[in-house]
Amino acid sequence: MDMAFIIETIIKIVVILLVFSALAGLGTYFERKVLAFMQRRLGPMHVGPFGLLQVAADGIKLFTKEDIIPQNVVKPIFKIAPVITAATAFMAAAAIPFWPEFSAFGYKVHPIVADINVGILYVLGIMAVGLYGPLLGGMASANKFSLISAARSAAVFISYEVISGLALLAPLMMVGSLSLIDINNYQAGGIGNWIVWSQPVAFILFWIAAFAETGRTPFHLIANDHEIIDGFGTEYSGMRWGLFFIGEYANMFFISFVIAIIFLGGFGDGSIAGAFQLLLKVSFFFFFFLWTRAAWPDVRPDQLMWLCWKVLMPLAVVNIVITGLVMMF
Amino acid sequence: MQHNEPLNDRNVSEQSPYFYVDIEAYPTTGWDKFKQVIKRSFKGELFVGLWVVMREMIKFDIHTVQYPKEKLPIGPRYRAVHKLLRLWESGYERCIGCGLCEKICISDCIRMDTKIDENSRKEVTEYSINLGRCIFCGYCAEVCPELAIVHGQRYENGSEQRAHFVIKDDMLTPLDWLTSGQQAEFPGFGAITPNESVTKTPLAY
Repeated sequence: MDMAFIIETIIKIVVILLVFSALAGLGTYFERKVLAFMQRRLGPMHVGPFGLLQVAADGIKLFTKEDIIPQNVVKPIFKIAPVITAATAFMAAAAIPFWPEFSAFGYKVHPIVADINVGILYVLGIMAVGLYGPLLGGMASANKFSLISAARSAAVFISYEVISGLALLAPLMMVGSLSLIDINNYQAGGIGNWIVWSQPVAFILFWIAAFAETGRTPFHLIANDHEIIDGFGTEYSGMRWGLFFIGEYANMFFISFVIAIIFLGGFGDGSIAGAFQLLLKVSFFFFFFLWTRAAWPDVRPDQLMWLCWKVLMPLAVVNIVITGLVMMF
Repeated sequence: MQHNEPLNDRNVSEQSPYFYVDIEAYPTTGWDKFKQVIKRSFKGELFVGLWVVMREMIKFDIHTVQYPKEKLPIGPRYRAVHKLLRLWESGYERCIGCGLCEKICISDCIRMDTKIDENSRKEVTEYSINLGRCIFCGYCAEVCPELAIVHGQRYENGSEQRAHFVIKDDMLTPLDWLTSGQQAEFPGFGAITPNESVTKTPLAY
């Protein structure tokens, strides 16, 4: 392991951290604006042109707010929980290729921190570890709403890990590799080679599971404002709460990348056009997260479990069996 | 400027646009439940919701009123903070100090102090309304024989102290407003049309 590799990796890590922290902030701006326009409102308008600096104002507010640790909480766990959420979200980004490789100043850059051969397994695993943020934060909060939220998050995350795992099995059987770059190269032939055409059911299932794993609106019951206040975030304030927020939005971006790379061809053959297509696909999936929040109501927890175990999981299993049969004969 | 909304008949009847929504009976048997799930899954109702919000976003028909910068017009009879009006002819105060408003005020928040001035006309020296007590019922404006006290349109009565609104000078029309014709006139007993040529009242000679 030479020095240049270490330096390159550190630079990549810093760039990803900075870019996606900033994107998480901008994501909140876009979410407010999109939701506002869909509800015939204007959204943030007063801070900066078109409210663009609202993100900065929120950041200043979060950073300067008092960091309240309530009296009866389990202090070390309460303090570490938001860090788990944010850290796992960014750790999952290590195996995601954000851009095809390109050469800058005669130096070949691979825009992926670590091209490990179990890439997607690593991403899903780390995202699953993200469960401990809401779970520990909710259980340590000494608040009944946080506790309900912690229980729900455990139920939802574990259930939908099953869906996302089973849904991914079928495309992985076709590709024969867990590396996201291999999956991308499998579809490099163009739009006809996208896995979504051969695995539409897996695509839909994984997309649905993505909503559950990021805790977005149709499955937003982990922190459902009208039932359990802010769920696991109820007792948090200031930047600790902000870390939960950054983690959630970073997760939305990363899962959008994963969906786009696995099912919609990723960056294709690695040309510049393909790279921008990847960004367009990711933007669409991110926009869809906001879109559904404006359009759809939340489901009840029991409906969510019903959907998971009685509908989606059988479908995923049937999909795997059919894929296997087609591949065998 | 004025916003008139047509009166909607919100009762359910043959003529009205409102109607009862058809709600099917809930399925009881397992097979019926399964059929309902299939029907709902493939009916595409979720896409209707997506389309509705997307349509509104594309139409961009924003209904926000950016309040401090723009305000909605309020009705001419809106009962906000009171005003004391002046006579168009002479610029004198209309209030003759009869004290009817003080008497009729059901929340007992009007106080006035009067004296006979050098023209042996009754002059109102102090006039105050305790807006912390006032319920804006409008009785004072209703009972006033000279149309001297009316309700204004100033609804932004946020202040550090309630007392900021009750002083006579705040309610009384300033003289330069009167000469530039800014005093809003209300039709009613004793009022004159501002555009008519007015002559000075005898008191001014």
